[in-house]
Amino acid sequence: MTKTGGEIIWECLVRQGVKHVFGYPGGAILPAYDAMTRYPIHHILVRHEQGATHMADGYARASGGVGVAIATSGPGATNMVTGIATAMMDSSPIVCITGQVGSKLIGYDAFQETDITGVTLPITKHNYLVTHADEVARTIREAFYIAASGRPGPVLIDITKDAQQSSCEFEWEAAAPQLPGYRPDLSPEPEDYDHALSLINTARRPVILAGHGVIISGAMHVLRSFAEKSGIPVAPTLLGLGCFPASHPLNLGMMGMHGEAWVNKAIQEADLLLAFGMRFDDRVTGNVKTYAPTAKKIHVEIDPAEINKNIKVDVGLVGDLRQVLQHLLPDVESVDRSEWRQYIDELKGDSAVRDIQNLPDDGHLYAAHVINDLWRETHGGALVVTDVGQHQMWEAQYYHHEQPRSLITSGGLGTMGFAVPAAIGAKFARPEAEVWAVVGDGGFQMTMAELATMVQEKIDIKIAIINNGYLGMVRQWQEFFYERRYAATPLLSPDFVKLAEAFGIRATAVSQRAHVVPTIREAREYRGPVLIDFQVEQEDTVYPMVPAGADLHNMIRRPSPIVETAQDV
Amino acid sequence: MLNTFVVYVENKPGVLNRVASLFRRRAFNIESLTVGHTDKPGVSRMTIVVDTDEQGALRAEANLYKLVNVLLVNNVTGGPAVMRDLAMIKVAATPETRSHLLQLVHVFRARVVDVAPESVIIEITGTEDKIDGLLEVLRPFGILEMVRTGRVAMSRGAKSAAAAVGGMAELAIPPEMRDDEDVSYSV
Ligand SMILES: Cc1ncc(C[n+]2csc(CCOP(=O)(O)OP(=O)(O)O)c2C)c(N)n1
Ligand SMILES: [Mg+2]
Repeated sequence: MTKTGGEIIWECLVRQGVKHVFGYPGGAILPAYDAMTRYPIHHILVRHEQGATHMADGYARASGGVGVAIATSGPGATNMVTGIATAMMDSSPIVCITGQVGSKLIGYDAFQETDITGVTLPITKHNYLVTHADEVARTIREAFYIAASGRPGPVLIDITKDAQQSSCEFEWEAAAPQLPGYRPDLSPEPEDYDHALSLINTARRPVILAGHGVIISGAMHVLRSFAEKSGIPVAPTLLGLGCFPASHPLNLGMMGMHGEAWVNKAIQEADLLLAFGMRFDDRVTGNVKTYAPTAKKIHVEIDPAEINKNIKVDVGLVGDLRQVLQHLLPDVESVDRSEWRQYIDELKGDSAVRDIQNLPDDGHLYAAHVINDLWRETHGGALVVTDVGQHQMWEAQYYHHEQPRSLITSGGLGTMGFAVPAAIGAKFARPEAEVWAVVGDGGFQMTMAELATMVQEKIDIKIAIINNGYLGMVRQWQEFFYERRYAATPLLSPDFVKLAEAFGIRATAVSQRAHVVPTIREAREYRGPVLIDFQVEQEDTVYPMVPAGADLHNMIRRPSPIVETAQDV
Repeated sequence: MLNTFVVYVENKPGVLNRVASLFRRRAFNIESLTVGHTDKPGVSRMTIVVDTDEQGALRAEANLYKLVNVLLVNNVTGGPAVMRDLAMIKVAATPETRSHLLQLVHVFRARVVDVAPESVIIEITGTEDKIDGLLEVLRPFGILEMVRTGRVAMSRGAKSAAAAVGGMAELAIPPEMRDDEDVSYSV
């Protein structure tokens, strides 16, 4: 059957199972847009192409499938860069399609010509420049395969205008991927399995470090069996939250820079670390020279380039985490590790007393209160999408995630402006989910134009702005490390309630603790988008904290009037 | 320490850029990089020399494999391999110095490939050390211009790296090769 390149794009997307595409039109992608109307695909018009990429990313992370974004050449394509880099760092499978000037014009600085494959080379898993209609089908099939398999990631396809316009024979079967250099299906060596098992079965103080890979490979179930059978406690990374139920007795809590103090101490004192689908990011290791000095390390990871990259390990098991754990499970012995777990429990020490939830009410509204109330009111069942900053860490600490894919956050790149568009994408992927965007006053203003997208698409998202009048996380660093010189962090914001109303979104401001719960209840009862401006304590600080580069166990703790006074006496 | 990689890649537009960009991106310093066709259509072969330690070499190899167009990576640094560099050196030559020059060329098993009234071009193939040695003795004559290809390398013995890339022609890795350790693993 003869089709234009533009038609083949949609034909292939439909066959790949795509139902939603987030995008923004322009000259170089017009032929494709023109063909779109003839295909059963819901196109969501965004307000900025960055939004399209974050939506595709949120869509992918909420669903486990591939998200798709589309834009024109030049500025449309360059606006996607941040979203692509975000997806790359968090191994999120998205396919970005960009229009490109006609193939004859490439290299002549034509109107809206940008070398987007050159620009995105280091921030895509792979990318393509397509100059002929007959390459479109195979390229799209390869892109979806690459994006979703192995360690997932973003793939960009840049398609020239003439390739969209010209026609060729289209045959789906003949356009199967041809990727001789791509092998995502590795599995560990038998001797490495044996070595790992002997370490596991003899360890006395083991800890499982559970990362994003647990969720990506769908290893939640087998991880749980593994932990329960072996009695080994589990500490999730930020992106691992939800991969192991927060309420499970073996769940220690989050590790890392703003993780729980006892978790970091347990890691430092462990004799075996089982790193499952995580990559020893500097935000979880602190100073690598003093990291877990007494522990042997087993790294189960699908990307061979991660083995021994940040932390030297004793055994690297390269392969799909779920398969590797299934392979290990029958030979994992039940060992009584209650003493070790009890010891970790004792490491908690005065942590509970220092917890802001337990400090005497001083009449102020703290972000932690808001998050904790949100968790209670939603019974931990919401799909929370956060932005980047203090509120992100408080969410991680005070919203207790029981389910995988119930927290979507930009971890690796730390992209402000992520939350609102990613929440929109997540809602399209899981329309039945209760989606909350938890976002700072700074980050919200980076992509708030997407409120219009929400309204145009009539989607029901609740937005909680944690409004502290500062670029809070940066202010916190200035407080600790720059003697409180608050250079460029105080932030004047518009009246968020009026702003939301201008978009046609219901909105309320809350500044008292007693009003938090009723406002959340009202928002949940209302069918349609709601924005709540939580005006919280301005100079609150995320505790505990490992200063960048410090030893993992050297955490700055929240000062407690109760503890400190008791010690004074 | 200099590490020498032999890398087989799909001959597609932009592949050289992907490889070079990878080394830049991961903060490796490329000493030299040569690329050319192989006897298999659609497959190119690179020799890349990188200054890094053992850990860095493993990291470079693993990251090369992550490139979708990379078919095979061989670090030939430790093993027995033939390494060669080719240089052309244009040296000032007067009727008085010419015969002395030719003697040196002979000793180094180099060749004169061009003679002009006031200069000669000398071509030499060999290890970098050997070429450096020739340069040293030519310098007093006055080196006018020089070009070197950078290192190319090949493992000794009958084992053929290219054979491992054989599946290429079929444009997909045949099932029986999927467990072959030498075949690329991108993830
Ligand atoms: C796009 C981008 N620019 C800058 C930063 C650096 N940064 C990290 S956190 C932060 C402050 C965020 O402020 P806000 O959104 O108000 O959240 P808060 O920390 O106050 O909760 C900044 C500027 C970033 N992560 N992303
Ligand atoms: Mg703020």
